[in-house]
Amino acid sequence: MGQSLSIRQLEAWYGTNQTLKGINMEIAANQVTAIIGPSGCGKSTFVRCINRMHETLPGSKVKGEIILNGESIYGQDPVSLRKTVGMVFQKPNPFPSMTIFENVVAGVKLNGMRNRQNLQTIAEKSLRMAALWDEVKDRLNYSGMSLSGGQQQRLCIARALAVEPSVLLMDEPASALDPIATMRIEELVGQLKSEYTIVIVTHNMQQAARIADTTAFFLNGELVEHGPTSEIFTNPRDKRTEDYITGRFG
Amino acid sequence: MSTDNNRLYESMGDKVLRYVTLLMAILVVILMIWIGWQMFSSSQESIQHFGWAFITSRVWDPVHHIFGALPFIYGTIVTSVVALIIAAPIGISVAIFLNEMAPSTIRKVVAFLVELLAAIPSVVYGLWGIFVLAPVLRQSVEPWLTKWFGFIPWFKGAPVGFDMFGGGIILAIMILPTITSISREVMAAVPTAHREAALALGATKWEMIRLSVLSYSKSGILGSIMLGLGRALGETMAVTMVIGNMPKISSSLFSSAYSMAAVIANEFTEATYSLYLSSCIEIGLILFGITLLLNIFARLLVWSVARGPKGGHLV
Repeated sequence: MGQSLSIRQLEAWYGTNQTLKGINMEIAANQVTAIIGPSGCGKSTFVRCINRMHETLPGSKVKGEIILNGESIYGQDPVSLRKTVGMVFQKPNPFPSMTIFENVVAGVKLNGMRNRQNLQTIAEKSLRMAALWDEVKDRLNYSGMSLSGGQQQRLCIARALAVEPSVLLMDEPASALDPIATMRIEELVGQLKSEYTIVIVTHNMQQAARIADTTAFFLNGELVEHGPTSEIFTNPRDKRTEDYITGRFG
Repeated sequence: MSTDNNRLYESMGDKVLRYVTLLMAILVVILMIWIGWQMFSSSQESIQHFGWAFITSRVWDPVHHIFGALPFIYGTIVTSVVALIIAAPIGISVAIFLNEMAPSTIRKVVAFLVELLAAIPSVVYGLWGIFVLAPVLRQSVEPWLTKWFGFIPWFKGAPVGFDMFGGGIILAIMILPTITSISREVMAAVPTAHREAALALGATKWEMIRLSVLSYSKSGILGSIMLGLGRALGETMAVTMVIGNMPKISSSLFSSAYSMAAVIANEFTEATYSLYLSSCIEIGLILFGITLLLNIFARLLVWSVARGPKGGHLV
């Protein structure tokens, strides 16, 4: 099941450049939350703070609090946090030296699971959830790199799902894909929200409108507005949101 | 078809560039074949005189006109293997540390120092081997190894200091920069996306290095080891100065020996009759052949590692 997140006074720096300026936001469980905004507004940094990937970059700094299921994530070991908060990146990044099967179970194996039978069950379940099973079931021992871009991205989603996270972060997961592959990813997001809390970064406003329950608009490191998607797109409260969604800038 | 079209529009300058670079490329090939052929023809006398026995015979006796290359082949291979066993784990560890753990100031300083090792002339390594390494080996390291690991044939016997063990250690130091700097470069080329893929799955630092960095760069690391091995096989001066220069075959690393490059360097000027000279050149030919075979083998190995699973392509 998904878990809820509450973000309090979150600030992040990259070197001397402050990329997030006091974000306060509630993310409901089992919903799709879209983060939109122009390039450089801090939306990627924001999701990368949720699984503490931001800190892995040299020169980065974070302040504030993120509460996941009642517990501060900054009090946890980032390694175990990332097993609860999975992530899918902008460019599909399967491990190039591994087969499709090995890619899916890579995270499960890190957790110490070795039983071949169990691994197979998990691999099939994850690939089915990622809507990839039917396409790859006969060639699980082929390289992950042998798949098309869209399939690779669904493979990465399956890999993230296999460790059974409760939150799934997606950082522009469809921006490197063609329209058909994008559509499949969007359908998938809709199906996954019954099991996971999904936070998806997108620069594509139509995508946000299609798949998100709530949408948050970021600008220059600040959260301008966060509300039900229909409201954000039809009746925004803030002038800047309106300017952005009507295409006046960005 | 398209290449033909392109050539039609090729400018004069590009044409010149193409032919000049082609000529240089051909030159390298010709040089290689020429060296091989020259050695082959100059060693005809000894090849005809001894046949295959040259490679299998252990006797090297210029006084009685009997020549066998086995002790030199043995000495070269054993010292090179010892060097690899010592240098490969150290070199790869240093590369991992510099690339993945060290703060950037330490990385720059240490990487520079390691590369500086490659700039030291081999005769200086030899001198250091004679005056520092050999005494230390003879007085402390080798007696200690004999005491505790003497049941292994490699560590048996009375330590002399000037032996295959010393030669291997000198070689290890000399090939360390090759292994370290090339490994480091291939590790630095691993895309951030692969590292983040592992970290986002909840990998620890070591698991990330294993899953993303090492598996992505293993063919390059293997290549760096093979380059190091190539250098070790051919290294002459430093080995000559510490190996003891005795043409014998012993299972103990603490025994003096001789290497192919060393015997050529030492005895070439003393080769007073043609069979002697021819034998020296044949040793050169064998060294050439071994290096060639090794490189082919290395290529195959790197290729098979880089291939990865079906339908994939690494790097």
